[in-house]
Amino acid sequence: MKYFLQRIAFYLFTAWAAITLNFFIPRMVPGDPVQSLITKYQGQLSTKSIQSLYVLFGLDKDEGLWSQYIDYWKQLFHGDLGLSFTFFPTPVSTVIGQALPWTLLLVGITTVISFLLGTGLGVLAGWRRGSWVDGLLPVTTFFSSVPYFWLGIIAIYLLAGPDSFFPSSGGFDSGLVPAWDQYFIPSAIKHSLLPALTILISSVSGWILSMRNMMVTVSSEDYITVAHAKGLPERRVAVSYAARNALLPNISGFALALGFIVGGTLLVEIVFSYPGLGYTLLQGLGAKDYPLMQGVFLVITISVLVANLLADIAYLLLDPRTRKEG
Amino acid sequence: MTIPTSSIEQVIPGQGSMAQPEAAKPSRAKRQRFLFVRNKKAATGLVILGVYVLIAIIGPWIAPYDPSARSNDLVQGPSAAHWFGTTHLGQDVFSQILEGTRSVMLVGFLAGAIATTLSVLIGVTAGYLGGKMDDSLSVLTNVVLVIPAVPLMIIITSVLNNASDTLVALVIGLTSWSWNARVLRAQTLSLRRRDFVEASRASGERTWRIIVFELMPNLTAVIASGFVGTVIFAVLSEITLAFIGVVSNSGWNWGTILFWAQGQQALGQDAWWWFVPAGLAIALLGTSLSLINFGIDEFVSPRLRSAGKTKLKTASGGTVRMRIGFTPVLSNSATPHTHAKVVATPVMREAK
Repeated sequence: MKYFLQRIAFYLFTAWAAITLNFFIPRMVPGDPVQSLITKYQGQLSTKSIQSLYVLFGLDKDEGLWSQYIDYWKQLFHGDLGLSFTFFPTPVSTVIGQALPWTLLLVGITTVISFLLGTGLGVLAGWRRGSWVDGLLPVTTFFSSVPYFWLGIIAIYLLAGPDSFFPSSGGFDSGLVPAWDQYFIPSAIKHSLLPALTILISSVSGWILSMRNMMVTVSSEDYITVAHAKGLPERRVAVSYAARNALLPNISGFALALGFIVGGTLLVEIVFSYPGLGYTLLQGLGAKDYPLMQGVFLVITISVLVANLLADIAYLLLDPRTRKEG
Repeated sequence: MTIPTSSIEQVIPGQGSMAQPEAAKPSRAKRQRFLFVRNKKAATGLVILGVYVLIAIIGPWIAPYDPSARSNDLVQGPSAAHWFGTTHLGQDVFSQILEGTRSVMLVGFLAGAIATTLSVLIGVTAGYLGGKMDDSLSVLTNVVLVIPAVPLMIIITSVLNNASDTLVALVIGLTSWSWNARVLRAQTLSLRRRDFVEASRASGERTWRIIVFELMPNLTAVIASGFVGTVIFAVLSEITLAFIGVVSNSGWNWGTILFWAQGQQALGQDAWWWFVPAGLAIALLGTSLSLINFGIDEFVSPRLRSAGKTKLKTASGGTVRMRIGFTPVLSNSATPHTHAKVVATPVMREAK
């Protein structure tokens, strides 16, 4: 329990650090971005939203840094991330709210599949060194060295097209309205297949490699020899003795991998024009839409933190040492 | 360069087949030096990397065309005049790749160097000093580790407006040191209670001297592999940033090529030559660096080598799978039996 509380405290601290970072980044923008926006959208901005933008950008000249910081936090707690310029006058929180489910589903499902598949293959490769699975390693190394988005481009080039089963862009057929019905869901699944496949191929090799190396290390431990000596079936030794212990570092390596996968996914979304956070971010980049970019960064960071917390809980369940009191 | 003997022992306790006495004879030292290169993976990786470095240096001179010069051959496929075809403005893709190598390599190695320096400073200090210092540095490391680097980089570079190569390298370096710092801290923690460190502390060596001359040589392999890993990450990140167009588009790098290919609908025009070479160049560079890293890993921990032939055919036609901890002893009796009997220590097992 103590371990668990420590982790929660750590994630809260990290969230605080990320938000603070988010507070300072726009203050590096040279000039007065708000002023140029006000001129651009002359008359369309209300006094209140102008004020909220000034707080976001730290251009509230009358106030000190500290009170700016307090105002920023107040605004965050109200869920006010400012107005998006790209989708003017929609608030950033609404834009992100529309994009988030797409990314969460895409990344969530592919990450879990990739983790399970990669770990499974890694167990095989590590347990039976020199078998065919080892031959997969160079191939997967090659795929992991390719940027996600390039693989996406190739996938579109090779597999998608006007006559192909796979659509090349978007999250659903145009003409459909997002809803949980028999028309929309198959279309959404069809559109997500290629992006998911791209992410899967790029991310699986990391899991295979780390799991293989852990298996190799673990399989020469004494307790493995003892398990063999007890005459346990091979499969049982491999799964319950070796793999179970080799799995732990793989789960704690989740933190690094997840940030990386999420970064890659953003790019895959851009290539496929998939209506998730990555594509939203790209649209924000083009228009120098700082509130939107900041909002996307904040949401991504917090999602990654939550996912890490889940990984920690899994770790807690798997590793009895962490459950020890005191 | 000497082999980090202690870190080898640390990784594989009791299996120090590579570990050799510090005071090795000159001839032995020579053998050790080439041991790393003898590793097939590492050698292949080093050769490929060498070619890239060479292109980075001479690329702009050997490029057949000015990469930005327009011509009348619009979106042409590969030909004798344009090996990798041309773009929508008639620019030569091959020249762009050659010219772009420099920027990619520069940012990769510069960011790698920045990140490695930071990770050594923070990781080793945290590991060696311990206590409050360790706590705060560890928290810092973990915070940077958990915050997703790519979105952060995208936002910072976009705020920086047309960032130059050096600036991009700085941003990448500053956001990607944490993993190595963590690994180095763990290694340092295991080293600091070793006898030779205790001895130098007892003999009154200064802290910085212990860190630089006692600890660092034993961390060489870890630092090197961290550096190579960061270079891969930095190259991918730079190309990503260039691809989405947040860095300065005045120079060429492989990401810029992909940026134009994507922006000008290369896919719709079936212009595969526009984006395939850049991607393959990245993949090959990444693979060569990964190979070097595998080489380092296997060098430090021989157990990770992919075993050559682990299945052995016995005289009687059965197969035996070799595994660590087992010594198969085949009975040599002339009488044919369906199963080759394997007497393994410590247990008798039937071969499948």
